[in-house]
Amino acid sequence: MNTGAPNTGAPVGDSAAASFHDEWARLLEAGHGVAVHPGILGRLVSRTAALLHRAQQEDPFESALAAEAGALLVDAHFTDPVVLAQAVELLHEHPVADERGPALCGAFAAGWAAALRERTLREQEAIRLAADTARQEVERALRASETRFRALFESAAIGIGIGDVEGNILAVNRALQEIFGARPEDLQGHKVNELVHPEDTPGVWEAYEELITGKRDYLQFDKPYYRRDGEVVWTHLTVSLIRDDEGRPQYQVAMLEDITDRYRLQERLRHQATHDPLTGLPNRVAFFERLEKLFEEPEPGARFGLCYVDLDGFKVVNDSLGHETGDLLLAAVAARLESVLTPLGHMVARLGGDEFVVLLENCRGEQEAVAAAKTVLAALAKPVLIGDHRLAVGASIGVLERRVATTTPSAAVRAADLTLYRAKEAGRGRWTLFDPKENARAVSRYAVSVRMPAALDRGEFFIDYQPLCSLEDNSLVAVEALVRWRHPQLGVLGPEEFIATAEETGLIMPLGRWVLEQACGQAADWVRRFGSAAPQLNVNLAVRQARNAGLVGDIDRILRSTGLDPAKLQLEITESTVVGPEDEALKALHAVVDMGVSLAVDDFGTGWSNLAYLRDLPVSGLKIAGSFVGDLHDPTKDTHLGWRIVSGLVSLAHTLGLTVTAEGVESGADADRLRLMGCDWAQGWHFGRPARPAEIARRISEAGLSK
Amino acid sequence: MKRPNWVPAGTDLDKPNAARVYDYYLGGSHNFEADRQMARRAMELWPDLPAIMRSNRAFLRRAVQFLAERGITRFLDIGSGIPTFGAVHEVARTIRPEARVVYVDRDPVAVAHSRLLLKDDPLSQVVEADLRSVQDLLARPEVAGLLGAGEPVALMLVAVLHFVTDEEEPGKLVATLRDALPPGSALALCHASTEGRPDQAGPHQDLYRLTPTPLTMRTPQQITGFFDGFELVEPGVVYLPEWRPENPLAVGPHPERMTGLVGVGFRS
Repeated sequence: MNTGAPNTGAPVGDSAAASFHDEWARLLEAGHGVAVHPGILGRLVSRTAALLHRAQQEDPFESALAAEAGALLVDAHFTDPVVLAQAVELLHEHPVADERGPALCGAFAAGWAAALRERTLREQEAIRLAADTARQEVERALRASETRFRALFESAAIGIGIGDVEGNILAVNRALQEIFGARPEDLQGHKVNELVHPEDTPGVWEAYEELITGKRDYLQFDKPYYRRDGEVVWTHLTVSLIRDDEGRPQYQVAMLEDITDRYRLQERLRHQATHDPLTGLPNRVAFFERLEKLFEEPEPGARFGLCYVDLDGFKVVNDSLGHETGDLLLAAVAARLESVLTPLGHMVARLGGDEFVVLLENCRGEQEAVAAAKTVLAALAKPVLIGDHRLAVGASIGVLERRVATTTPSAAVRAADLTLYRAKEAGRGRWTLFDPKENARAVSRYAVSVRMPAALDRGEFFIDYQPLCSLEDNSLVAVEALVRWRHPQLGVLGPEEFIATAEETGLIMPLGRWVLEQACGQAADWVRRFGSAAPQLNVNLAVRQARNAGLVGDIDRILRSTGLDPAKLQLEITESTVVGPEDEALKALHAVVDMGVSLAVDDFGTGWSNLAYLRDLPVSGLKIAGSFVGDLHDPTKDTHLGWRIVSGLVSLAHTLGLTVTAEGVESGADADRLRLMGCDWAQGWHFGRPARPAEIARRISEAGLSK
Repeated sequence: MKRPNWVPAGTDLDKPNAARVYDYYLGGSHNFEADRQMARRAMELWPDLPAIMRSNRAFLRRAVQFLAERGITRFLDIGSGIPTFGAVHEVARTIRPEARVVYVDRDPVAVAHSRLLLKDDPLSQVVEADLRSVQDLLARPEVAGLLGAGEPVALMLVAVLHFVTDEEEPGKLVATLRDALPPGSALALCHASTEGRPDQAGPHQDLYRLTPTPLTMRTPQQITGFFDGFELVEPGVVYLPEWRPENPLAVGPHPERMTGLVGVGFRS
């Protein structure tokens, strides 16, 4: 029975208590106990063992003691239910005197469970609180970052607009509203493609389409827009595509910088640079820009006309009435010319001094150019009133009208200028039409013949190469060497402008040798670099060269010194090279062919053609003169007949076992037709203009890559 | 793309999180259903896991005790998680009442929890930072302050480096931390190893791929390599229970079943 004296709580002295204490300690040391500091664990063991001992021994039975022991275990993080099972088992193994055993175990278990429940709830609450705190922190940071972005967006000096990939404008910032002079609602909800402007750079909307469909990630253009007040604002526009995590297009962000002032300044500078301040007409620069543009991508058969106008007697006006009057006269003339020619769609430019030029684009023929010249003369027929002076001004005009493909801008202007001189010589106040023979003669007179001998020594000649392509697969098979003369006064001259003079003066001999040496050296270099992909080299042989006794020796020496395979060289001769079966030239040509060099007849069909000699000549190719194909686009000529002539020439060549090359091929359609006729090779702008050697090398290497 | 550091990490409670899963293994309730689901699946595959986690916690305690007894009063605990019981400051202060601890974790929930727990403790601080952005971590004022005093610091990398993938170059990260430690500092490391239970390594790593913190177990050579520039104290790099046990009998016949390799070294 109960003695009334409370137990001290210290480890009990009797052996049963000691054994319980030991077993209790072992139980707690296993499992979770390994993670607990031994000192703390020791105190826990003692305290709980003591509580349990008192619960076992003290009277009356205090279930709270057992419950406290259970709770202490949970407080020390003994939360594993295995601990509870083992503890109950141990308590059973140490039975107590009275019937309190089950009640004691129950109280212990209840104390443990109640503490665990409290602990679980507390921890759940703590972790929820932590999660909420963390989430609030994240939201606060997101809000802060959004505020930062919003501030950046709103206060940016650059106009920013955000749209979806359907093209709807979702948001615009203040700077963008200012650029457009609009309120947000004037832009938001509208479509991006409502912002089209007639002066949009070509390609801007195609690029935009590529952007919103995800084919590109950004675009950058200078683009005009209409402001809300109808004014035009020029912007530097950058649009970027924003993708989602899977890479799908999601938004577009446009950034616009107002460059109107800069744009207007540029326009003004450009106007100043391209316009003559005295007359307001386009100046020399603008004229050449426009002319060169014509030559960039001409339609097949495209023609153009030039009227080179020079005022008659302007110097007298200037000298006698002074520059001021002269200037006023020029301005008045300019105004008259512009008023009559601009409505016809022609360009009038002032080249300098009293020289004007009229440019006819898409000219329909000589008649149109001549008509323009007559219009100029008619416009100047009435005297010009300057102050008290009635000044009669006349003009001389050189008229040139040509297919774009037959000339170059500078050659055309030079030819028109020389034609003008003929008009002046013929008595002023008139127009004169360009004539190739007269032109060559004029060029020749114009210091060509005098200068030419020294030009070779001075290195004024150079060679361009024009591609010859197989019609079967458009591959580059050969190049024709075309000599050019960079004349110090006349600019670059083509062979048609000086070769005749060279032949007359005999300079053709050293020049021809020089061309052969240069071109063979170049061709040999291509063979070294590109092997079998290197093209055959075609070089024109002048009549005089063919008749020269030294020809065979020259060619042999040049082939040796350059290392060019003779099979890679083809000489182009004209029909007039061989005039009879006993011709000296025939022997030389046979000797050249024996060396392995091939021959082709150039400009076939334009000269004297005794077909019988074709049989005797050791030629392997025919080149159909460019005029045949060119005439197919001449509206004044019978196209059908033209094609039949070409077809006949192809059959003739094939009958003789010769390779046929069509020259002057300017369009894919012509190339297709020639291919169907069985023509082997073709040459012309469609396949490439004469080009620098580096450009040819690029074409060879590109062709190699595409294979 | 790397997130700018002013955009905070998410707090997605529907995804299991390594810190809360660990708490569940240890019998805690600082966890959510997603964490418990993942932990239960892992324990089905590998019933030893709770014992391993306890063993890890015991190592942390012994290592802190050891270092505090060696006179260290500053602790940098990276990857501290949810310090439910036996946290570094509690253990250290049984020996060094003046001990300072900076807890670092990258999980915002774990950090928030630690802050709530330690809000009245002036000598403990909690930093949300990522070991993988080690320069940013070292630049945090709490961390810089702890290291800047020039007194030895114990760098605790307990069960954290295996959450750094090989591409993230854990060796370089440890070296950077080492170079920032004052003379006399120490490194305590615990790392999951492919040895011991190679049969469990694969499936267990697969399971962690579901968490935001995939697990990379490493070889003993790789783990020993992290002690480059440190002098290991006895017994070197060993299995969890083998490191300076208070009761050698408690090591048991199969320490390798605890699979974690641990060691403590001083800066050489």
